[in-house]
Amino acid sequence: MKIRLDNVVKTFETFRAVHGVSLEIESGELVALLGPSGSGKTTILRMVAGLEYADAGHIYFGAEDATDIPVRDRGVGFVFQHYALFPHMTVAENIAFGMKVSKQRRDKTAIDARVADLLRLVQLEGLAERFPGQISGGQRQRVALARALAVDPKVLLLDEPFGALDANVRRDLRRWLREIHQELGITTLFVTHDQEEALDLADRVVILDKGQIVQQGTPEEVCRNPASAFVMNFLGDTNRISAAVAGGIARLGEAQIPAPGFADGPVEIFLRPSDLGWSSSGAGIPATVARVIDRPAGRRILALTATGEAVELDVAPETQVSAREQGIITIERARVYAAG
Amino acid sequence: MARRILPGFPLALGITLVYVSIIVVLPLGALVFKAASLGFEDYWRIVSSPRAVASYRVTALSALAATVFNLVFGMALAWVLVRYRFPGRRFIDALVDLPFALPTAVAGIALTTLFAENGWFGQALAQAGIKVAYTPLGIMVAMAFTSLPFIVRTVQPVLEDLDPALEEAAQTLGGSDRSIFLRVILPLLAPALLAGLSLSFARSLGEFGAIIFIAGNQPMSTEITALLAFIRLEEYDYQAAAAIASVLLITAFLMLAITNILQARALRYTARG
Repeated sequence: MKIRLDNVVKTFETFRAVHGVSLEIESGELVALLGPSGSGKTTILRMVAGLEYADAGHIYFGAEDATDIPVRDRGVGFVFQHYALFPHMTVAENIAFGMKVSKQRRDKTAIDARVADLLRLVQLEGLAERFPGQISGGQRQRVALARALAVDPKVLLLDEPFGALDANVRRDLRRWLREIHQELGITTLFVTHDQEEALDLADRVVILDKGQIVQQGTPEEVCRNPASAFVMNFLGDTNRISAAVAGGIARLGEAQIPAPGFADGPVEIFLRPSDLGWSSSGAGIPATVARVIDRPAGRRILALTATGEAVELDVAPETQVSAREQGIITIERARVYAAG
Repeated sequence: MARRILPGFPLALGITLVYVSIIVVLPLGALVFKAASLGFEDYWRIVSSPRAVASYRVTALSALAATVFNLVFGMALAWVLVRYRFPGRRFIDALVDLPFALPTAVAGIALTTLFAENGWFGQALAQAGIKVAYTPLGIMVAMAFTSLPFIVRTVQPVLEDLDPALEEAAQTLGGSDRSIFLRVILPLLAPALLAGLSLSFARSLGEFGAIIFIAGNQPMSTEITALLAFIRLEEYDYQAAAAIASVLLITAFLMLAITNILQARALRYTARG
């Protein structure tokens, strides 16, 4: 089912959470709403579900205007951040809930068979009779997903689905959710503040800031071409250094960075730590090492430039470097944005 | 072993045991002992006399009615206090405790004044042909008044802790308001409701001060069990008083036991395994 948001606005008391957001999600697509807290991403998700009503604008499910359809008739599957499993029901009863309260009558054997299918899908066959308090967080998350899928939703909505889990469990569940999505082909929209999660899982990433969409595209598009300093900053570690453009070239120490299309004047240059190198000579920014942090993938140098700006850079694990050493930061890639 | 800082187990247990013995076990023991000194036949004659049985009936039925009334009204009150924000909410919240704070005799006199045939409520009700003061209905009103806080105060904190996402989840799954209430909210409130119900019922069984003013205290019709025990005491018939009181005691214990069993069943899901 294709979903379309048309200029949707939502205001809470005095705080405007969502400013005129328009968005299209193709049928069968897996889309991430990515943004910092307060960016309105959860509010958008809840409006799609019908848990909040839009103050203005429309939400379409396919050709149908779903803006005013109440949540219980909207046919969405919603997975809550903290799962919201019914604590007094077993895993099987939780999954069966939607089928039991449905207007569409099903007999008990049909419900039991469907519950068994879903338990197999989420790989929890042995846990049907357990209560939510007796299983792990990752298992609860899978029960929540099975429960949402039990009512054959047109759309699957997930609110920070892996937020409350350990890093390892999170990575496994992410891959697993991707597989389930491929198997079922259900239109899926999920909210996250974790850029790695969004990039890892989604077909398309929608980046939000202060209630507005600032960029959307495939993970490749948003990573390679961040539309603004905010996106650049939000998608990963970055160094921000002020510089001046003269004749289409920005200068940082000895380094020259092409800045086509920028008028002469101040700009901000964003540098990813992995796009920088450490060398004893060459064209770059002279700096002094303040500290070296060792990580499994390599070494991170915290350096201070001659002009007093702190810069972080990642170098290969073999690099010999220690605190108070002087050298040159070389620049492989940089992005220039207007100062502001 | 970690060092304990606060009082320590022997001292804490000692104080607890002494306190429980002096305040709870000893008086109850004395009561049972006194009643037991009667011998079975005399005991049975006293507790099964028509006047005593009539008092059990009116006490138990009124307490039951008052508890059912409080179940509905107390839950509604707790719901409104937890779920909505309105001017005067804190004031109403404070008012709920009034029946606890008020001397029960004061409550009894106030209710009698209101419900007597020339009182504000009494006049209106008399026109509808309903008589409250000096009837079992009056007993029920007094019991409902004094035991209202139990249900409200046991349900309120549980309702406050109820995750709103549970109701939202049930909604997204297509649940109607009715099925969400019956299948999700009510079962989760059940343990608290049971606790409140049993406290409310037990308090109603034993209520004395508020009732004797409004009940009329006619033997065989509006005389409650606690009053009958009191009358025997006034007659210096300590054994009969103890015998009648023991019936209340046994009922209270049974109630407690049943509630505990029901509560354990309702809380089955919290067991780890």
